[in-house]
Amino acid sequence: MAIEVRIPTVLRSYTAGAKAVDAKGETLSDLFTDLDSRYDGLRGRLVSDEGALNRFVNVYLNDEDVRFLGGIETPLSDGDVVTILPAVAGGGRDADVRA
Amino acid sequence: MLELRQDLYDAMVAHARRDHPDEACGVIAGPAGSDRPERIIPMLNAARSPTFFEFDSKDLFNLYREVDERDEDIVVIYHSHTATEAYPSRTDIQFGSLNPDAHWVLVSTRDPQVAELRSFRIVDAAVTEEPVVVVDGLE
Repeated sequence: MAIEVRIPTVLRSYTAGAKAVDAKGETLSDLFTDLDSRYDGLRGRLVSDEGALNRFVNVYLNDEDVRFLGGIETPLSDGDVVTILPAVAGGGRDADVRA
Repeated sequence: MLELRQDLYDAMVAHARRDHPDEACGVIAGPAGSDRPERIIPMLNAARSPTFFEFDSKDLFNLYREVDERDEDIVVIYHSHTATEAYPSRTDIQFGSLNPDAHWVLVSTRDPQVAELRSFRIVDAAVTEEPVVVVDGLE
């Protein structure tokens, strides 16, 4: 089961510069585990210590934000496209945002 | 260095003034690989807050798709600080580090008369200010 995963510039150091890679998994969580087996450390940039999606990235299944689907447990199908984009946020409030 | 057309400079300041006291945010796209800001795209601040901004996730997806289709890059990411100086906050540094290729432009609207606009690169949590050179847009 092949799923195309689009990688943002900031994470391409993990994929040897590749903009898109193929991976497999029944769910998004499985997919991240599969990615991490080949691109060591990538999962840690996507998932917080508590196992939820990291606050600093947006993950889309086809064109839907997975937060509005099943989050990290969103089921995947052959031919799906997963897009990872860095969140764009910030502002004058001078505090750390937790992953 | 960030070389910026006068009309784009003015548009960012006007957007920041318009949305004050909430923070305003947006991007300037330019031809891929050029590092030249050309097309301003004001974005909605999904947080609608005087101290925080965030692009709506659907808007962000559509923005990337549009920029890709037009063979552009996001050259500038701008937002306003409404009560503090135009310098990256800790929050800015966290999120700015995720977008190391963009010029991180800040506009402060704390003074209603005087616009303050500064540009930074944020790479691996290190902030470097860069000069902003405003050029005539009539080429």
